Amino acid sequence: MGFLSNRHLLGLAETPKEDIEMILQHASSFREVLDRPIKKVPTLQGKTIVNLFFEDSTRTRISFELAQKRLSADTVNFSAGSSSLKKGESFKDTAQNIEAMKIDCIVMRHPVPGAHIHLINYVNSVVVNAGDGTHEHPTQGLLDMMSLLEVKGKLDGLKVAIIGDITHSRVARSNIHGLVKMGVQVMLCGPPNLMPVNIEELGVTVNYDVDEVLEWADAVNVLRIQRERQGVSYVPSVREYRDLFGITRERVERLNKQITIMHPGPMNRGVEIDSDVADSENAIILDQVLNGVAIRMAVLYLLLGDQPEES
Amino acid sequence: MKGKALPKQFLIKNGDIIDPVKGERFIGSVLINSGRIEKVGKRISANGATVYDAGGKVVTHGFCDVHVHFREPGREDKETLATGAEAAIAGGFTQVCAMPNTEPPLDSPESIRFIVEKAADLPVKIHPIGAISVGQQGKELTELGAMAQEGAVAFSDDGIPVMDSGVMRRVLEYAGPLGMPVINHAEDLTLKLDGQMHEGSWSTRLGLSGIPDVSESIMVNRDLELASMTGGRLHVPHVSSAKSVEWIRGAKAGGLDITAEVTPHHLFFTDEDLHSFDTNYKVAPPIRTENDRQVLMTAVKDGTIDCIATDHAPHTVEEKEAPFDWAPCGMIGLESAFGAVWKVLSELGMNLEEVIHCFTINPRLVMDFEEDLFSAGTEAELTILDPDEEWIFAKEHIHSKSRNTPFSGESLKGRIKATITGGKFFKL
Repeated sequence: MGFLSNRHLLGLAETPKEDIEMILQHASSFREVLDRPIKKVPTLQGKTIVNLFFEDSTRTRISFELAQKRLSADTVNFSAGSSSLKKGESFKDTAQNIEAMKIDCIVMRHPVPGAHIHLINYVNSVVVNAGDGTHEHPTQGLLDMMSLLEVKGKLDGLKVAIIGDITHSRVARSNIHGLVKMGVQVMLCGPPNLMPVNIEELGVTVNYDVDEVLEWADAVNVLRIQRERQGVSYVPSVREYRDLFGITRERVERLNKQITIMHPGPMNRGVEIDSDVADSENAIILDQVLNGVAIRMAVLYLLLGDQPEES
Repeated sequence: MKGKALPKQFLIKNGDIIDPVKGERFIGSVLINSGRIEKVGKRISANGATVYDAGGKVVTHGFCDVHVHFREPGREDKETLATGAEAAIAGGFTQVCAMPNTEPPLDSPESIRFIVEKAADLPVKIHPIGAISVGQQGKELTELGAMAQEGAVAFSDDGIPVMDSGVMRRVLEYAGPLGMPVINHAEDLTLKLDGQMHEGSWSTRLGLSGIPDVSESIMVNRDLELASMTGGRLHVPHVSSAKSVEWIRGAKAGGLDITAEVTPHHLFFTDEDLHSFDTNYKVAPPIRTENDRQVLMTAVKDGTIDCIATDHAPHTVEEKEAPFDWAPCGMIGLESAFGAVWKVLSELGMNLEEVIHCFTINPRLVMDFEEDLFSAGTEAELTILDPDEEWIFAKEHIHSKSRNTPFSGESLKGRIKATITGGKFFKL
């Protein structure tokens, strides 16, 4: 079972380039399925997948669930709000109890980095990381690459900027690992107090001047910004953030080139990105969302599928 | 763990005797009479004595650990004074100082007496450390004098830093004339925030929130300044960073009477070891970089750091099985301490006598305990060890009630063969 070199998808840091290429390739086939009048294939018929969400999520969960349904898998949702987690049951017990009901795969979102590594110690199911704290969000990284590939035709040699709160961003980490493996040049920009130490060791450059960064980049991935995290203030004001790091209409109009605009959502319109930019022709934000379903179909198929897909 | 009561006359012969007080090492014997040292020398004959042949193994003072957590009262599911004592014996320790962050904390003369009475019959001497502040809240001073009278040997809010510099000043002033060391867990909480591991390349990669090394060194520096100002006796626990070492080295060079300890885990591991999110490596202060580790080892060698202390911190399996951010800090360390420390420090070129100093005479000097355990009439506290045995530390070597240790599976050098303490001979 499974066509990738790892049994699980925990992060892009440990996913080899060949696997990323295989996922992107299959995702583009599944993307075609999504344009059909009947958007369903029997690929994962009889497989049971549990979406274990210990943290709120709207789009990622819906995206996974749709991907599972399109593949004809049986799916069950579990969210922390109504869960036994609040009754004091341990993470391990929750996972093992769910697995005892004979399932094949757990898609988990968890607020703590590395929670998936713990999970694979406790269960035998295939595990897909749907975001672990500020560590990784591999399917987001993959769908961002797929979307770039769609508009740019190639990844190798591309210049991509990631702008925002890098420290607390799992999207940034997965993007960095994936993009660097695929030969993309990555530049980071954002408030200096939200730039993790020694981030250059991951093969990226840092520039705090957003105009220079936009001048350099072929595409920009704009991250959601929060002024405070757990009561600690990082960004002095929304006005100042927009002023120093916001992807404003004025900034984009000043450029003598087309630049691809991405955002993993949910957007703070008027803060990190202007509505005029988010809704412009250069924005591929909704394509990212659609590609997310295709990427998740590809990941689930490649991890759980028994035989080669007939296309 | 069951020890055998010592016979009236007990002769340990053919030992590689290391006397850390006289600075001597020779092949010889130790004669124990009614549980007390009668003689240590090259040739001792004792008619009628029960003889134990040490087979050339090292015979030295029982180890002393100035920093353990035995969880009693309150968390007897993790450790009790009795099980902690067993872990100590397995590690060659005959005296330990128990930190006051129990439930409730040891912040009153009554709670100090509770420990003293409860530990009286145990084969290991367990010295309670009293809390600095009521409820470890960092505000109101405890009855320091009364706690000292009941048997507290030092003061600390360990686990919780004394953030208020004024409180730290006042306890140093007050405890100074009592001759009591003040031990402050040095981590500036406003820099630590919700930090989970050392802030560096690995925290960046893993997405775990980072604790910068300066969160420790800033507070170490503050405490040194306050010790200098007040004349109080500061002991710096579990030094983890190169920057803190520099401050301590400078203060000692300036003649300040302070002491410092380092843990086996800070000498053995680096932040890279956290790559698999194993919560057994989660500890406060955090395990830092290879450079920090190198500087810590050098600091032990040059005497900047006085002693090894385990910070033995038992936690239940279920607590440590939690996701990283939710798991508690700390690891057990008594059983693996010598093998871990001797392995890394012998590789650094320290000799056995120097390392044994850090387990015996030096911690006793920190706490102002009787340090000459070979003098006639002293209650016998001896550790017999094989410095050359290489072994893999495993679950079966653990005597603590808890099993949370990153040393499982690690290759160690030097193994405790027997511990004599509390009138008993414990063969390991």
